[in-house]
Amino acid sequence: MARPAVTRLVLWGALVLLLALPPLVQGLGADFAVGVATRVLIFALVGVSLNLILGYGGMVSFGHAAFFGAGAYVVAILAQHDTQGEQLVTWPIVIDGTQSALIAWPAAMAVSALLALVIGLIALRTSGLYFIMITLAFAQMLYFLFISLRAYGGEDGLSLFARSAAGPFDLADDVHFYYLVLGFVLLALWIKRRLVASRFGRTLRGIRDNERRMQALGFPTFRYKLAAFVMAGAVAGLSGALIANQTEFVSPSFLDWQRSGEILVIVILGGMGRVYGPVAGAVAFLLLEEVLSAWTDHWMLVLGPILVLVVLFAKGGIWSLIERGETTDG
Amino acid sequence: MVDPLLEIEGLSKAFGAVVACDAVTLALHSGEVHAVIGPNGAGKTTLLGQLAGEIRPDAGRIRFAGEDVTGLPAHARAGRGLARSFQITSLFPRFTALDNVALAVQAQAGHSFRFWHPAARETALVAPARTALARVGLAERADVPAAALAHGEQRQLEIAMALASGPRLLLLDEPTAGMGQEDSGRMIALLSALKAEGRMTILLIEHDMDAVFALADRITVLVYGQTIATGAPEEIRANSEVRRAYLGEEAAA
Repeated sequence: MARPAVTRLVLWGALVLLLALPPLVQGLGADFAVGVATRVLIFALVGVSLNLILGYGGMVSFGHAAFFGAGAYVVAILAQHDTQGEQLVTWPIVIDGTQSALIAWPAAMAVSALLALVIGLIALRTSGLYFIMITLAFAQMLYFLFISLRAYGGEDGLSLFARSAAGPFDLADDVHFYYLVLGFVLLALWIKRRLVASRFGRTLRGIRDNERRMQALGFPTFRYKLAAFVMAGAVAGLSGALIANQTEFVSPSFLDWQRSGEILVIVILGGMGRVYGPVAGAVAFLLLEEVLSAWTDHWMLVLGPILVLVVLFAKGGIWSLIERGETTDG
Repeated sequence: MVDPLLEIEGLSKAFGAVVACDAVTLALHSGEVHAVIGPNGAGKTTLLGQLAGEIRPDAGRIRFAGEDVTGLPAHARAGRGLARSFQITSLFPRFTALDNVALAVQAQAGHSFRFWHPAARETALVAPARTALARVGLAERADVPAAALAHGEQRQLEIAMALASGPRLLLLDEPTAGMGQEDSGRMIALLSALKAEGRMTILLIEHDMDAVFALADRITVLVYGQTIATGAPEEIRANSEVRRAYLGEEAAA
């Protein structure tokens, strides 16, 4: 797909910047920035996952933090069982704890995908406001479940003894971890671009724009929405596994409704239904948070008006200022 | 005699106290154009909704190609060759005209759990879509977003989408709705051409009497959900009850 020069310039510029970021900031003596950038990328990844269902599927999920938080808890719980030498499950099969990323991260994705399957089977029977409310309700149920789980820290959360072991990557090293997360984000963006233009992506966009017509054409729309919901859940689970590793700590606040709201804001701010939108949204949101919260505790007071301005004047979000029109329809 | 393609038997539907469809019985044979007419609120669109599978009837049966489809959802009926157009234009406004039709082709081209290959480059989807666009005279407008098409063109696109899936039965809900004289003349010509090909069976719901008498082999008149007459156009024109209930106003004009 031929893209205008400006977009291409921005994309390549962003890629070079992201690749060169660690040596650059270390040279400036601002090592902490690698951690900030990693966090931004993790939120970009969870934004990319929400964008699939929100931006392309028209499903306004207000419970995306459930999958994010579940992924984080899977990593933390497996790690706790491993360090304490207790088995996670003893019957009907024995499951040991683990600190291996190769096991724990796919497990996080699988658990979040399964959770999305169960929630989706129920929530996707509704639409509009009811869908928003029901996804919110499920996420809050999970939130209170983890608050009441004393074995896993309850309200206080759970600390990780160390980051996951990931073969050649030394995740304790912030730079290694940064590049691994960057790799995941790039991979997700690439897959997303293919997916959106594929038959499946076109089906999803059709459902977003006119579900009734899709059914009249012969599409069993429910199963496509459910498939997208599960995929988004799985990627959110991976993002959760990454954030648990970055902070080396998980708590119920990872899956409360405010977190779901933040992920929504990232996608809306960046540009719904635009492949790179959530990355722009995550950069803008987290950097604003970083800068403004150093200046005042009431940084939301500043963010609020900015969000209103974006919604009023740049309906397609930040990314629409770079790229005009919806290029993915095809 | 061959079995009818579509058989409707005792179809009834009430919304609260309003009986929108009262024991309607109809049969459509392959290759015929059957028009359903009636004053506003006669239950024409409710009838079509039940045939398409969007409205569940209270009673009665619908048989399509020898199979009872009364309990099937809309998408399953479309899969069996029952295509519909909408009275109020129902398109994918952000998609181009070509992509609108390609989506209709895709609906009947196996499942859509294909995640990698760009759909826009699939000849199996694009080629039939171009053919359908050409059939309704929109070949030149293939790359225009549906939202940017003129009203008449959007109506033509509706027909192209219904055609693209290669249906056995077309359900057309007021294809000339909201059209000026010129556009509606073009639409009638288009539908006549389809009819002349002889393979298409059409159930036509229409307000425009010019269109009905130009196209229909048989006509059913619906008033307050009830069939008051079914027959050839000239019988309907001559039927005094129909004239009183419906045609009277136009005949007087």
